[in-house]
Amino acid sequence: MAVTGGAMFLFVVGHMAGNLKVLFGPEAFNEHPRWLRGIGEGLLGYGGFVWIARVGLLLCLVLHMTAAIQLARRAAAARPARYQRRGPVRGSYAARTMRWGGVIIALFLVYHLMDLTAGWLNPVGDLEHPYRNVTADFRHWYVTLAYTVAIVTLGFHIRHGLWSALQSLGASNARRQRVLKGIALGVAVLICAGFLAVPFSVLTGLVK
Amino acid sequence: MRLTLRVWRQAGPDEDGRLVDYAVDDVSPDMSFLEMLDVLNERLIMEGEEPIAFDHDCREGICGMCGMMINGVAHGPERATTTCQLHMRHFADGDVVVIEPWRARAFPVIKDLVVDRGAFDRIIEAGGYITAPTGSAPDAHAIPVPKPDADKAFEAAACIGCGACVAACPNGSGMLFTAAKATHLGLLPQGQPERYSRAVEMVAAHDALDFGGCTNTGECAVACPKGIPLESIARLNRDVLRATVTGAHEPR
Ligand code: SF4
Ligand code: FES
Repeated sequence: MAVTGGAMFLFVVGHMAGNLKVLFGPEAFNEHPRWLRGIGEGLLGYGGFVWIARVGLLLCLVLHMTAAIQLARRAAAARPARYQRRGPVRGSYAARTMRWGGVIIALFLVYHLMDLTAGWLNPVGDLEHPYRNVTADFRHWYVTLAYTVAIVTLGFHIRHGLWSALQSLGASNARRQRVLKGIALGVAVLICAGFLAVPFSVLTGLVK
Repeated sequence: MRLTLRVWRQAGPDEDGRLVDYAVDDVSPDMSFLEMLDVLNERLIMEGEEPIAFDHDCREGICGMCGMMINGVAHGPERATTTCQLHMRHFADGDVVVIEPWRARAFPVIKDLVVDRGAFDRIIEAGGYITAPTGSAPDAHAIPVPKPDADKAFEAAACIGCGACVAACPNGSGMLFTAAKATHLGLLPQGQPERYSRAVEMVAAHDALDFGGCTNTGECAVACPKGIPLESIARLNRDVLRATVTGAHEPR
């Protein structure tokens, strides 16, 4: 969980940084995918890097989901008789939303790939001009809403996931625990802000 | 005070159980939770009914026998307090109090509120010991222990094996208990020879005993009457990881 989650976390950070190029206008944004595909061109050919990353991420995703399902099944088996009266959440709220949050993120991912990677669900769907696709998307309130829900869920997922990964890998101790939780929260908020900057700059007209 | 207790009654391990309501008058705020159950049980016995079975021993918060789920919270609403040390002043007149046994496959119900926590003993058998020469007792100060290590080890040694961590965990995991034992012994010089094999074998025993997997939800540490911190689990993970990567638990 920790390792596959960590790899996908790095991707999410990179993805967010790439998205922010939208603020620098259409040229910068449309150039970004070409630049990505050109990484290591001499060795891997044009687009080679992107395909390697895709395969790696897909592998991480499958392993991550497999581990999550195994944990959920173990949890269900460990408590066959439920409590008649369930207590309030006293630990962390983010921790309690990991499983359903993960499902929401996975569903959004499917939509997101069909929308902006394949272009099938996009109002414009012109793969040569990602800038136009993105701005067209966020003029629809329901797209913005779905996107916002997914990003906030992702934020919760990262808030618990990042800290939990550090704990599972043994990095935490009593002194560091509070700092690590603070860092996880800070990173989650930054990532949410970074991703949400795109739809909200479209909505406010900052990006046309 | 007058309370309504909604208590899980189950005649035996294989019987079906259900919640039964009991009205209890004259509850003094100075009674402990168990004393209140004693009063109810006396009445039930007088009336020729079967008293409510619950575990207890020391009644001073040090033996770990007395856990129960009180309104969905392990050991009730007070933090760092066992059920026997919980006083009725934390409840209000007219309250309905739901009382259930710990629920986990690893802790089968024996009767009413009594569960079998023998699974914890299996985890201890797997590695919760040290190797020490027998014979005359060694001098207490023969092996120096750094003070910070001694303090941490003592904090972990406070675990009374009550099982509240398992009961409170949404995954039904017993990692806080396992980690408390591994931390207690693994920090002391006397525990070093088995440090890595202990970590690996206790976790293996834990996983084989129908406990769930830890996802660091943190419910356990909040429920723990002895304040065992979540960092113990990170310590245990660190030793298990080290053993898996370097083979520190294998013969050299
Ligand atoms: S870790 Fe705490 S809750 Fe778990 S058995 Fe020990 S004392 Fe009880
Ligand atoms: S009866 Fe011993 S801890 Fe409560």
